[in-house]
Amino acid sequence: MNGTQVVEGARRAPARARVRSHDDERRRPWTFWVLATVFVAYVLALYGPMLCIYVLSLQDIRGGLVFPMKGLSLHWFVDLFTQVRTGDVKGGFERSITLALVVTVLTVVGSFLAGLGFRARFRGDGIVFYVMVGSLVAPGLVLGIGIGLLFQYLGIEPHWYTSALGAHLSWTLPFGVLVMFAVLSRFDSAWEEAARDLGASHWQTIRWVVIPVLAPGLVAVALFGFTLSYDEFARTLQTSGSLNTLPLEIWSMTLNVTSPSLYALGTVTTIASFVIIGASLGVIAWLQRRRARRLPAN
Amino acid sequence: MSARSNTAGWLYVSPLVAVLIPFFLVPIVVVLVASFLEHDGYGGMIAHFTLENYKDLFTSELTLRLYLGTIKFALLTWIGTLLIGFWIAYFLVFHVRNQLLAIGLFLLCTVPFWTSNIIRMISWIPLLGKQGLVNSVLMSTGVIDRPLAFLLFSDFAVVTAYIHQLTIFMIVPLFNSMSRIDKRTIEAARDAGASRFEIVRYIVLPMSRTGIALGSIFVLSIVMGDFFVVKVMSGGGSASIVSALFEDISVLQYPPAAASAVVLLVVVVIMIAAILRTVDIRKELGR
Repeated sequence: MNGTQVVEGARRAPARARVRSHDDERRRPWTFWVLATVFVAYVLALYGPMLCIYVLSLQDIRGGLVFPMKGLSLHWFVDLFTQVRTGDVKGGFERSITLALVVTVLTVVGSFLAGLGFRARFRGDGIVFYVMVGSLVAPGLVLGIGIGLLFQYLGIEPHWYTSALGAHLSWTLPFGVLVMFAVLSRFDSAWEEAARDLGASHWQTIRWVVIPVLAPGLVAVALFGFTLSYDEFARTLQTSGSLNTLPLEIWSMTLNVTSPSLYALGTVTTIASFVIIGASLGVIAWLQRRRARRLPAN
Repeated sequence: MSARSNTAGWLYVSPLVAVLIPFFLVPIVVVLVASFLEHDGYGGMIAHFTLENYKDLFTSELTLRLYLGTIKFALLTWIGTLLIGFWIAYFLVFHVRNQLLAIGLFLLCTVPFWTSNIIRMISWIPLLGKQGLVNSVLMSTGVIDRPLAFLLFSDFAVVTAYIHQLTIFMIVPLFNSMSRIDKRTIEAARDAGASRFEIVRYIVLPMSRTGIALGSIFVLSIVMGDFFVVKVMSGGGSASIVSALFEDISVLQYPPAAASAVVLLVVVVIMIAAILRTVDIRKELGR
């Protein structure tokens, strides 16, 4: 805890003390303990299995798919990137990251604009909205088949950076727009009006008021865009063309590979996911803190 | 509604529309068209109108079995995710008093959503297998003397994997809905003598309707459209509508698969429309 935080804490202390004493009056009810147990059990069930495969991926060459652990080494990670039978993991990894980055940029821009557009009603907005919901809930494989057949009919070779890119966007954009709805519902349009009253142009208002205020929400949209694309499988299956993305590699491994290589791949891809999640949450926290510093203390 | 606001609105949503038309609407139309075509059995389609694909679909006993099986999975998963999701969200919103802690715990629940579904699914294998952790613990403590075979590669495993993956889709919208309930409403109810149960029944439940509806749409549509959880977790023992469709695709039988896809889409749309009738999601989401 640094100096400013201590000062800040001291300033808020009276308010907090009042809340605390109020809380002491009502003791934690029995339901708290029951639900806390449910919560802990849920989190354990959520993370437990994943932890198992991370641990099992660290076995040595004798390792199998189940406990007990046999040895401790990075053998299966080396195996993963050097063996031909495990497929083109490295290429899949690179393609998935590239695709996810492109999808992220397009998703943030598209969802931001659509989010702003949906704030005011316009003729046909309901149709766009329901088509969007449709795209979100349509079975991924069915959509993939449709896109695959469409490309076949048009005589265009499907590629991960064309047909699969479109397939991913048809899923990440609606998701991003829904997140934008949630973000915008907490956005006070009085700020915009204030900017306009002070003579800001439409574009200046967006650039200097709307985007800075919504920045943490936009990072959240980016996180959704990246991870939904990076892990997308069903829509990619029929649309990626001849080269596989990482989830497709994982899929073919689940069907063919019965060694801890599979777990090693799970560990690698999850580490990548965690780096992205950590970075996004870090940026959001940083933006919030910077904002808190800039706001005059009230 | 002026002409200007109409143009501006369409301009704002134009990137979204530019993706939805070629990568959602047209492909769906392509599938619809393909479902009425004849196929030559070698991956080719003959541009000749036929209702044969639908006739085969509706007269096959397999179709009924697939739908019943998939709907059974969807219902079990829906019940499981709703029960768990509701109480997790309720706990976070109404029982964790420190808001920062509540948000932290909420994030803890959402992190796995941002990791690979397939990996989270296969991570049940070392736990549920015949020689898996659950069986070995139960055997060594003497609860059972033979490994429980139903744990992996069974309907039980399929539903477990679904609930594991999809509860998050209930927690997020429910957390969102419940966070918006004015705490003073609850205080007022308590002051007026409502019991804890009555507060949940008459205040929290009705006011989280949108959350429940949104979560249900996600859970039901994902389960109805899934094929890889069923394929891997049932070990090939069970099939779903889409996993059967996927088999058709792998032998390049596009028109029958397309017909099956169209029927599935109609069923999913009816389900979602029924849910949407109960709430105005857009109104409650947007403003």
